[in-house]
Amino acid sequence: MDRRLKQADLAAAVGISASYLNLIEHDRRRIGGKVLNDLARVLGVEPAQLSDGAEGVLLDRLRGAVASRLTGTVDLGRAEDFATRFPGWAALVVDAEDRIALLEARVAALTDRLAHDPKLASSLHEVISAVTSIRATSSILVNSENIDRDWQGRFHRNIYDDSQRLTEASRALTTFLEAPTQQGAAGLSPLDEAEGFLAGLGFHVPALEGADPALTPQAAAQAATGPRSLAARDILTAHLIRYRADAVALPLDRFAPAARAARYDPALLATEFAVPLAQVLRRLAHLPDDDGHPPMGLVLCDGAGGIRMVKEAAGFTLPRGGTACPLWPLFAALSQPGQPIRAEVALPGAPVRRFLCYAVAGVEGPLSFDAPGLVSSVMLVLPDARLPGLAAAQPRPVGLACRVCPRPDCAARREPSILDTAPA
Amino acid sequence: MAKRVLLIEDEPNIIEAISFILSRDGWTVHTHSDGETANARIRATPPDVIILDVMLPGKSGYDILRDLREDVGTAHLPVLMLTARGQTRDRELATRLGATRFMTKPFSNAEVLETVRALADQ
Repeated sequence: MDRRLKQADLAAAVGISASYLNLIEHDRRRIGGKVLNDLARVLGVEPAQLSDGAEGVLLDRLRGAVASRLTGTVDLGRAEDFATRFPGWAALVVDAEDRIALLEARVAALTDRLAHDPKLASSLHEVISAVTSIRATSSILVNSENIDRDWQGRFHRNIYDDSQRLTEASRALTTFLEAPTQQGAAGLSPLDEAEGFLAGLGFHVPALEGADPALTPQAAAQAATGPRSLAARDILTAHLIRYRADAVALPLDRFAPAARAARYDPALLATEFAVPLAQVLRRLAHLPDDDGHPPMGLVLCDGAGGIRMVKEAAGFTLPRGGTACPLWPLFAALSQPGQPIRAEVALPGAPVRRFLCYAVAGVEGPLSFDAPGLVSSVMLVLPDARLPGLAAAQPRPVGLACRVCPRPDCAARREPSILDTAPA
Repeated sequence: MAKRVLLIEDEPNIIEAISFILSRDGWTVHTHSDGETANARIRATPPDVIILDVMLPGKSGYDILRDLREDVGTAHLPVLMLTARGQTRDRELATRLGATRFMTKPFSNAEVLETVRALADQ
């Protein structure tokens, strides 16, 4: 008989749930009275033995926690007194120590991963090799006299080739630093987990399409492979509920051909289907990518600019965690809810990467006189697209995040760049 | 007779630049880009100075250096180690394995030239 079965049997015999018993076993619930007596009876021990045992475990763990952080100001000898007088606080100290240990392990894992990540090592090696070559070659051209024309031409070509290499390598480095980590890797945030699952489907969920979908959003989220944490499943469930509502309002069999006919113009589609623009933006980004539609990225954020979902597409991404460049239309829309914003933007670098963005913000959820509305913003991103009739217009400069942005005089800069800042 | 330097490096443009500056200084420069066969090449025609990169296809510069020092025929050769990382532990590893000098990329041409000259005069 395995341990889990024993625990289940014991819980059933005492009339409590197995999970509650688990909490008691791990000293996360203090017991007394009937439950304590029943447990003692079933186990054939004295109630005091169980009670002392629980306190003993707490005391041991408390001593361990204090000892590991001992600074000389803590009287270890009074741990028992503390645990007896303030059992709740003592449990809190123990929990905090567990949490610190977990976080320390995670930091160590991430640091280790950064130090040994083959992609990062490869990108850095490329950067350093290209820089070494450019420095050595340009130094020859500057400092040597009487270099014949053939050698000069050769060195110029080498510098050009290396500058191209450097561009690619630095771009790979930027993508590495800003893109979400691979699904299943250590240290994934719940948002990364949910995005990873959706990215695996190309952000199109056939099971939620049609008049009679194969799954409910909740069932689809539960059945999803990949997301492990409860928080990731909650994020996924919320996203899929919204997905299903969008699919009902904009059925795929009608919306896909209409989108093609409208050349993916969200305003035309919103008018044609008489739905909010935000719904069209989301639906466009969730069209199946194997049906000839152009790649389309999507970002959702809350009123504080916190990223709630990113669908990457053809060179487009945005960092999570509050470090994104504030110049994207997604954030500009937050200050004028209901007013659609359309803008062509460009990332720094050569060749310049342009994106056509459609963004709109609005108030989510039921309105109340007693509470402020929850503003959120959505942005659809079309890589390499141009505003019709405005091909010559200067796109708005944007970046990914300040620390990997080379624009030197950006008014929106909030922290220094790790790159050399030069006019972009 | 011109002294010979063997440059073991796999980046073509770096090879070209270093070869140029050393050739202009009167050195006969031989190059080799494959880590796996580097030790055999050194044994076959021992140069006066070796410039050895760390990141090489087939076999790392550290492994080449270790094997080179264990071979009585090549153990005495001066080696300038080039690495993309300048961390203390890399320098210590190179020194422990027997590198005569250690230089971090990107380097200056003058520095390379001076070091190679110094190694040849040792």
